[in-house]
Amino acid sequence: MIDKAPDRRLHYLNVSYGVKSWLFTTDHKRIAWLYLLSVTFFFFIGGFFATLLRLELLTPQGDLVQAETYNKLFTMHGVMMVFFFLIPSIPAILGNFLIPMMIGARDLAFPRLNLASWYIYMIGGLLTIGAGVAGGVDTGWTFYTPYSSIYSNSHVALTVCGIFINGFSTILTGINFIVTIHKMRAPGMTWFRMPLFVWSHYATSIIFILGTPVVAIALALVALERVFRLGIFDPELGGDPVLFQHLFWFYSHPAVYIMILPGMGVVSELIPCFSRKRIFGYSFVAISSLAIAVLGFLVWGHHMFVSGQSIYAGMIFSLFSMLVAIPSAIKVFNWTATLYKGSISLDAPMLYALGFIGLFTIGGLTGIFLATLAVDVHVHDTYFIVAHFHYIMVGGAVMAYLGGIHFWWPKMTGRLYPEGWARLAAVTIFIGFHLTFFPQFVLGYLGMPRRYHAYPPEFQVLNVMSTAGASILAVGYLLPLIYLIWSLRYGAVAGMNPWKATGLEWQTPSPPPTDNFDETPIVTREPYDYARGEPQSEYVPGEVEHV
Amino acid sequence: MRAVNPSLNTCRVKWNMSKSHPDLLHHFDDPEQQLDAAQSGMWLFLATEVMFFGGMFIGYTVYRDAYFEVFAHASNHLNVWLGSINTAVLICSSLSMALAVHSAQAGHRKQIIFFLLLTMLLGTVFLGIKFTEYYHKYEERLIPGLAFDFKQGNPGYAAIFFSFYFAMTGLHALHMTIGLGLLAFLVAKAARNRFSPVYYTPVEMIGLYWHFVDIVWIFLFPLLYLVGRHG
Repeated sequence: MIDKAPDRRLHYLNVSYGVKSWLFTTDHKRIAWLYLLSVTFFFFIGGFFATLLRLELLTPQGDLVQAETYNKLFTMHGVMMVFFFLIPSIPAILGNFLIPMMIGARDLAFPRLNLASWYIYMIGGLLTIGAGVAGGVDTGWTFYTPYSSIYSNSHVALTVCGIFINGFSTILTGINFIVTIHKMRAPGMTWFRMPLFVWSHYATSIIFILGTPVVAIALALVALERVFRLGIFDPELGGDPVLFQHLFWFYSHPAVYIMILPGMGVVSELIPCFSRKRIFGYSFVAISSLAIAVLGFLVWGHHMFVSGQSIYAGMIFSLFSMLVAIPSAIKVFNWTATLYKGSISLDAPMLYALGFIGLFTIGGLTGIFLATLAVDVHVHDTYFIVAHFHYIMVGGAVMAYLGGIHFWWPKMTGRLYPEGWARLAAVTIFIGFHLTFFPQFVLGYLGMPRRYHAYPPEFQVLNVMSTAGASILAVGYLLPLIYLIWSLRYGAVAGMNPWKATGLEWQTPSPPPTDNFDETPIVTREPYDYARGEPQSEYVPGEVEHV
Repeated sequence: MRAVNPSLNTCRVKWNMSKSHPDLLHHFDDPEQQLDAAQSGMWLFLATEVMFFGGMFIGYTVYRDAYFEVFAHASNHLNVWLGSINTAVLICSSLSMALAVHSAQAGHRKQIIFFLLLTMLLGTVFLGIKFTEYYHKYEERLIPGLAFDFKQGNPGYAAIFFSFYFAMTGLHALHMTIGLGLLAFLVAKAARNRFSPVYYTPVEMIGLYWHFVDIVWIFLFPLLYLVGRHG
């Protein structure tokens, strides 16, 4: 369906043209697009490394790459995916685009800071890619000392520098979100009328600002130690390598919640919309986001059960890690209860949301295995843990990210994506994902260690299954790339509210005007009033400005 | 900087009616909201700074507990007099910064510039004394990695003390240097008469930053220079 006569309304995409109007924009919606393009770029770079990893693991012997190259591949895969895809993906793209619209604001509180965040992100990302091009880094994305600080001959300092710089981008985004949510809400938008997407980004931002500085300083110390031979983490001089692990995981475990909380926010929007029901237990879902953020800061030691940490510390960390299951389960149960007796439609975003619930549940439950001290000793550093965190990060975060991109695509572009292709892609990803990562649970339980390029022949069948799944997964990821670009020109015109959703962002035209709303909306209702099918405010878009 | 289609202005009219001050940005309703947002943002940023320095404070505490004796000896190599003078200089700079904010509130342009320049002078004195101290450490061969020579105990442990000393005071000095740049920016703005009793947000925000950097030193000074004296 080609729209022959696009309306000439003035909106954020056509107010100005040219590279400069994008590179110097302070409009949160345009900055979201800058992030979308760059995050997608980094995702496919990280995916390229993953492809090589899976190809090498097709056979037991090391035939495609040698051990050194393999070490660099999994390190670059982890660094790219964690720091440059997963952490910024939903917050910097969807959060950036939607938070001001969902609370009825014209922009984030600090628009120039928002643009600066993107530039800082790009500088960090390009430096890290530069380190990869210069020869790569082989420490694993965790940069454990003293290997990273003394022995590794790869480009640790440059990579760490890129991640350090990128950290400021996340910190600034977090400050921007928290201040916006506190100070920029429209009249009537009380805390408990905020969409759950906003709540989960509020919780994420708390981790951004309290966790990121700590990993920044830990990585800075590693770089200083490499350059100046300081000895803070060098056991030969009396330094303590485990101290690095403490500082690193103090951020990097909460960072896991940075990756999953925004995804939970997306799912909390999708489930009510496609079940046509009010979310079950709104305040529980809202507060459980904060509970995850707070508890997330108390569990980092579960990465160090076998690092020589005291057994009593291990027991406490084990207990706290299990406590995280409570707010997570509250969310899953509330989503399921929302589905109950809803009029469910299985549009592509809903398929992703349902996929998220299933995969996140498996990922979360296997997390409890790992939080159990004795079981962790058995599966530590095996493919079990690789499978576990991919179920959370790929099964959870990426499914939610794609679901969100599909759901809000009409708002961002004014065009609908092709539904049939989108459903096909969602199902392909779900199947491909399971085939890739479920065998890895078995491999890990049987004792295959992670981070080796070769393995005993008896593990080959499961590894072939995993590689086959990865190729299906790759097709699933390429499909949206193609049809979403196609839909920019050929997709059906979406209209203001194609999903008949209740949030404020659906009460303004698609694509929205630069100031989001012609006048400030006044919020009079709760966010998910699907029973009556009524939007959150009385706001109707004013007279449309024409070019 | 912002490339705007001229016809966009028609879109803006409704917002701009409420715009009463030239420094009010388009997405805020009134100057109070804008000031509120700036203040909250700055406090959150300072919270991240606390965590940033916090990582090193934790590391220092852990090692001081583990290598108590050597840390005490190493601490005695720091010059308490220079450290004390620097503490006094920095507290005075905080006072002059507070007076600069006060003059901004009152709208006295010349006073703002005077107190900002005084703050910059005191900050520069602090950095001068700090680098003198660094030079003494270089002469005493107490810089880890540069022919480090320490005889009253395990040199590795002492190297850790001095690593933290240089990393923490160095990061603090970096913050001071950035602060001096920000103050210079304020002086330039004040000289162009950009502040008024209605709008002086940048002075207040950079003032908060300056006070924070001072407070970091108030923790660094006793931890590095003083506690070892009685150890």
